[in-house]
Amino acid sequence: MRFFSKGKTASDMIFDAVIFILSVCIFVVIAYPLYFVIIASVSDSTLVSTGQVTLIPKGFSLFGYQEIFKDSRIWIGYKNTIIYTVLGTFINLLFTLPAAYVLSRQEFKARRFIMFIFIVTMFFNGGLIPTYLLMKDLHMTNTMWVFIFPFCVNVFNLIITRTFFENSIPKELFEAAQMDGCTHFQFFGKVALPLSKAVISVVGLYYLVGHWNDFFTGLVYIRDYSLQPLQIVLRDILVSNQVFSEGAGSGGAAGGYAQRYADQVKYAVIIVSTLPILIVYPFIQKYFEKGVMIGSVKG
Amino acid sequence: MAFSNPETKKISGNMPSISGAQLSRKSSKLSSLKRDYQLWIMIMPAIAVIIIFNYIPMYGIQLAFRDFDFTKGLTGGQWRGFYYFEQFINNYQFKDLMTNTVVISLASIILGFPAPIILALIINQVIWKRSKKTLQTTVYLPHFISTVVMVGLLNVLLSPNTGIVGLLMKHIGLGDIDLLGSTKAFVPVYVISDIWQHCGWNSIIYLAALSSVDPQLYDSAKIDGASRWQTIRYVDLPAIVPTMIILFILSMGNVLNTGFEKVFLMQNALNLPVSEVIATYVYKIGIISNQFSYSAAIGLFNTLINFVFLLGMNFIAKRFSNISLW
Repeated sequence: MRFFSKGKTASDMIFDAVIFILSVCIFVVIAYPLYFVIIASVSDSTLVSTGQVTLIPKGFSLFGYQEIFKDSRIWIGYKNTIIYTVLGTFINLLFTLPAAYVLSRQEFKARRFIMFIFIVTMFFNGGLIPTYLLMKDLHMTNTMWVFIFPFCVNVFNLIITRTFFENSIPKELFEAAQMDGCTHFQFFGKVALPLSKAVISVVGLYYLVGHWNDFFTGLVYIRDYSLQPLQIVLRDILVSNQVFSEGAGSGGAAGGYAQRYADQVKYAVIIVSTLPILIVYPFIQKYFEKGVMIGSVKG
Repeated sequence: MAFSNPETKKISGNMPSISGAQLSRKSSKLSSLKRDYQLWIMIMPAIAVIIIFNYIPMYGIQLAFRDFDFTKGLTGGQWRGFYYFEQFINNYQFKDLMTNTVVISLASIILGFPAPIILALIINQVIWKRSKKTLQTTVYLPHFISTVVMVGLLNVLLSPNTGIVGLLMKHIGLGDIDLLGSTKAFVPVYVISDIWQHCGWNSIIYLAALSSVDPQLYDSAKIDGASRWQTIRYVDLPAIVPTMIILFILSMGNVLNTGFEKVFLMQNALNLPVSEVIATYVYKIGIISNQFSYSAAIGLFNTLINFVFLLGMNFIAKRFSNISLW
């Protein structure tokens, strides 16, 4: 332990101790609520609601998960969200990556002007109502396409990708390839993309998380419940308290009783809906960081 | 995001002049089009999407000055000038909406802005590599929880009868405050939970700035006998000041942009007097009640005030620190 190593003044040791205590506090404050949800979701609801479950699960019960398995709303939402996320992320990358490549080419004369057009949209937008009316005119409301095509090019992600192409694919590489008769299409597909796995992961994951957590699109543009993504279903269960598909989760004479079970279901719903992200998170964490760094340090 | 924007420097870099001077302008344009046609094909989808979904609605902003006419489309209605803006300003809810919006976002900025800086400085001081990594992994995690789940989490944890925080508060004698349904608690709950969720993620950018500090500076500080605290004060802090200023300008430019989703989801009948903000009002008036022109005017009003704040802050920063967005 370097903490007690020699050559340190007393004040430095106090400083390290303070940092240590602060770090532990921060860790607990962030991690405990997440941990609590996990143990509460597998504990007996009575013990949870009376505050007896604090550190370890008590009275093991999977009631919440059983309710979820019976609830078709969740599975429809899950299915929809997976479709929107997979297809949406694919379209995002299909539109963003080639554009970023083009904007990274020095010899492309229009790039300055086109970049300006893109960047303006980071600061200005038409606002909710004109956008909504446009979607209506395009007959995109109440279809799955409203999740896929609108705003499928995120300018921030575009800039990250372009910066990466600019910095990591040497100009000479294309010139050499061009000598051998390589076109831009071939160079992009066979050289640029394979060299850019890091940035494709970063941007792809940004898009993916965006689709998975998208609540707004469903709220504004979708009326048909069978098209609603998971987040809308979650809103109904977690926030509007419509926990049991047959009836309300609380209220009435049995309010307190029902609320306890409702909470149990809610803990389980939180876990089930966030699980995919929690599973991939540790593996992709370093990429997320990288994305912020590429996007920020440049500039 | 902040730093993506100073485009200009990169772009204005020298472009190799490929077209010779002897070529006439027209033919050089033609030849560059011929040479670059594949590039144009690759960028066209992105341009099309941006034009359709970003620029057409911008053109549609004129709806704020017109009546909406279903038969004539977005821009065909009768011209009404500032009628809808006046209607909003004279609305009895105007004062409350403005107050709520400004209070929520100012509180978010004042408390939420320093938090990631402090966090980054602390993380940067953790000397054990493994603990540092664990701490970082943990504090970034809540950022990926969706807003809906976040509000759901608040609902179950803060519930006065069954939630763990509610029970804890009862235990220490602070009971009977319904954190979710009170007008007093709404802003603190909103701001603190926001810090809890995003503070870690927002610290990444400062950690990046800190990691680029020249190690020689630390060495010379040590030789000069600086304590750890003095090193933070005189080496670390100056290193992140430019980042701080840029991010601060940008956050001031969003002063009227409270996150729609979270406010909307946290609203209930009890806290509505303090939780109705411009963004949620626009949604309710426009999408729910179909008063398109009126809500478009409110939206535009909001955008304009934000832009004025952005320009103002940028001007002040430029004046005093020579750091600005453009």
